[in-house]
Amino acid sequence: MNSTLRNKAIFVLAIILICAYGIIGLPKSGAELAKNWNDNIRLGLDLKGGSQLVLQVQVQDAFKAEADQTIERLKVELQKDGVPYGVLDRNDPQRLEDADTIEILAKGIAVDKVGAFRDVVSSRFASWNLNSVSGSDFKLTYKPTEAGVLRKETVERSMRTIENRINGLGLAEATVQQRGGTKNESEILVQMPGVDDPARVKAILQAAAMLEITEVRGGPFSDRAQALAQNGGILPLGTRLAQERAKPGSQGESWWLLGRNAVVTGRDLRNARPSQDEFGKWETSFTLSQDASKRFGRFTESNINNKLAVVLDNKIFSVATIQSKIEDSGRITGIGDQTSASDLALTLTSGSLPAGIVYLEERTVGPSLGADSIHDGLMAGIVGVGVVVLVMLVYYKRAGINATLALILNAIILLAALAYFGAVLTLPGIAGFILTIGMAVDSNVLIFERIREELRNGKGVIASVEAGFGKAFLTIIDTHVTTVVSCAFLFAFGSTAVKGFAVTLVIGLIANIFTAVFVSKFIFDWELSGDKQLTTLSI
Amino acid sequence: MEIFKNTNFDFLGKKWPFIIASLVLTAAGIGSLIMKGGPRYGIDFKGGTVTTVRFQNSVSEDQIRVALSAKIPGEIVVQRDTTTNDVLISTELRDEKALDAARQLVVDTLASNFGGGSAGKIDLSNVGTAKIADELRGPVAASMNEQQVQDLAKAITGFRDTQKKGLLGNIDSLSGVNGVSPQVISVLKEKAFVAPYQVRGFDLVGPKVGAELRSQALNATLLALAGMLVYIAFRFEFIYGLAAVIAVFHDTIITIGLFSIFDKEISLTVIAALLTLVGFSMNDTIVVFDRIRENLPLMRKEKFDSVVNASINQTLSRTLLTSGLTFITAAALWLFGGAVLNGFSFALVVGIIVGTYSSIFIASPILIWWRDWMESRRTNTPPTAGGTPVVAAKAKSVK
Repeated sequence: MNSTLRNKAIFVLAIILICAYGIIGLPKSGAELAKNWNDNIRLGLDLKGGSQLVLQVQVQDAFKAEADQTIERLKVELQKDGVPYGVLDRNDPQRLEDADTIEILAKGIAVDKVGAFRDVVSSRFASWNLNSVSGSDFKLTYKPTEAGVLRKETVERSMRTIENRINGLGLAEATVQQRGGTKNESEILVQMPGVDDPARVKAILQAAAMLEITEVRGGPFSDRAQALAQNGGILPLGTRLAQERAKPGSQGESWWLLGRNAVVTGRDLRNARPSQDEFGKWETSFTLSQDASKRFGRFTESNINNKLAVVLDNKIFSVATIQSKIEDSGRITGIGDQTSASDLALTLTSGSLPAGIVYLEERTVGPSLGADSIHDGLMAGIVGVGVVVLVMLVYYKRAGINATLALILNAIILLAALAYFGAVLTLPGIAGFILTIGMAVDSNVLIFERIREELRNGKGVIASVEAGFGKAFLTIIDTHVTTVVSCAFLFAFGSTAVKGFAVTLVIGLIANIFTAVFVSKFIFDWELSGDKQLTTLSI
Repeated sequence: MEIFKNTNFDFLGKKWPFIIASLVLTAAGIGSLIMKGGPRYGIDFKGGTVTTVRFQNSVSEDQIRVALSAKIPGEIVVQRDTTTNDVLISTELRDEKALDAARQLVVDTLASNFGGGSAGKIDLSNVGTAKIADELRGPVAASMNEQQVQDLAKAITGFRDTQKKGLLGNIDSLSGVNGVSPQVISVLKEKAFVAPYQVRGFDLVGPKVGAELRSQALNATLLALAGMLVYIAFRFEFIYGLAAVIAVFHDTIITIGLFSIFDKEISLTVIAALLTLVGFSMNDTIVVFDRIRENLPLMRKEKFDSVVNASINQTLSRTLLTSGLTFITAAALWLFGGAVLNGFSFALVVGIIVGTYSSIFIASPILIWWRDWMESRRTNTPPTAGGTPVVAAKAKSVK
């Protein structure tokens, strides 16, 4: 063996070893080999099972909440400065795209107080632009720069909350990321491999988890109309009506009149956990932060024998009479089983969502379905590759072995590249893999047919091999580069599935140029190196 | 072994039957597309839900459709995988906000019609680990700690989903599972039932995401075609790029047309298959073009169309071998791949046939027509100073 050939042999061997290491590491036992394989060759959700969710943060909710807060503050500030007003109200944008159109309408500002009104708004409400509608009516619009900030913050806070909840569920492999693109900035992609009960996770992620503990001012009433009638048709200042959650066994609705401002909210919680009461019923108990417990203690002390309501997402969970001063802890009862109690504890501690969430897409592959897809793909792959190898061996005899070796090495390099890059193998990826195998076979066929042609034209064996590889090389480069070019576009502009196809294909094509041109040629050279006077070639 | 040795078929002389066949296929496909108002998009591209359910016994498609359509509005399509009792149920979805409700509706309707369970019991075929742990926790509290309860629940779902492929059959079949004592069996019998089906997967796509995926797939494919055109134009001549792209476009249109004629859905996996066939067909065309490029200086005495014909003949054995092999692979996928991959492999099977002959009977004739046209223009109009087209100049050197 001459030295160039030896160097090539060492190079090919090194590549094989590096690839094998990438795929199976350095296993000491069969079990370790299987473990390394599973760790390195990561399967996509469609193959291994799991859920993928695309959810959209309803940013307009945050804009409405911001406007509501502004209205409350505005009322206080205007009162303080002695500016009388008629009506303060906001519009109600329904769609995400209309979030920026939020506006507050201030009607009936006395003409002589317009200057004072302008001063209040411009000095204390810097996020808003003031436009006059008529002499006494004004419109406040949200500044575009502020709107951008609010959008971004809302999405970021939602993402943090969702991450907290996913972590709390112990979904170790799950990922949460913002979807790219200018149109999709308020969309979040959640991938959860191997998730057991996606419906439950979806409910947890979507829960607003807005906890309020509020003073009860009256009730219960059987419906909204009765509640209003009892109060002379109009709600007393600083109160609101809320409905109590239907309890099993009870009939009809019950409504309560609550204080508008909560004594304690979800933000005041130090932690929450599932626990059992004396009868073994599950509940969620919580402890309050230091500051909140002082406040809560003062309130309960001065309100003994009055009622308190635990309100979650604007639904009353329970109403209880204050027996004694309560300081730092409380519990939410009537929840159900342990899973519900711990889910509630999780949503409470992970923070509330600043805006509602709507699911745009869900793809769930159950564990048994994923296993089937792998099995089907594997079967089709084995049958396909088996037929290809058989035909190559029959048609090209000894040279068919070269092609088969090159094919196997191509598959090894592809798998190793996926392992080293941390890419995942998906169903579209398998499609890319099939195309790669097809093109690998094609490269070999191109070269072998060329060698045969040269042999037919009367060239010697070594010269024919040289010419065959040389002439087929240009064709192989052209076909491969064309496909790589198209893959670049597919990767840049395609959806996730199409990207998976493109990545696998590009890796496979690069590997193929190496195996079909370099490795296959090396094997030929090696076979021919012993005998310079060779007159026949098994091809 | 060799099949074709020094063939000399007059491919280009026999091009017309193939071109006419192509035109007929294209027209039929486009006609079907127009009549049906565009391709039949799967839920990936129009929004909707697909629920994959495996039944213990064979339940007829009609039975499922009737049961569901009583509760669920819109068109309901039920497809069965012939080799298993797997059923794909598709429903419509017009609004993102209805996504969760639609999922729940399918689950509830299946449960009430086929579940056979009683109220208050959990369905062991479809619940997750946490729910099973909740039921077991109390009764076995004396003998197991929390971790053991969790492990037991996990062992039960694991057994169900891997060994039993989703279908437990009955509660007694759990007796072999590690940690399942007779006490656990009796607790489960009291608190759970086994529905004769398992929901194995959900795909729910809102119309917004559907529209987005549709435009993304279209843009990516068109840009990829443009990219290939530019590269081939750069490596060969512009007309080679154009001819190759027209041939590939022809394959895609015919395949999409056949999907419409056979009323098959275009889904994301079908797009992956279309991209694969674009790759194959392009590959095929470039191999022929490359040979033409190589032969042009060698066969200066020959007319351009005989050069093309000779090139096709010289690459014939490679074309048939490669296409034959990939065809066998795709056919294997079509026959053994199951319902999920049916559309994918159908597109490949069709695409490989069409893609193979399009490089011979579509792409190559375009080259020749272009040459002839340039030729006639050159002889009819005297070349203006410095304005001689490059292609015409090269054509002259061939003669």
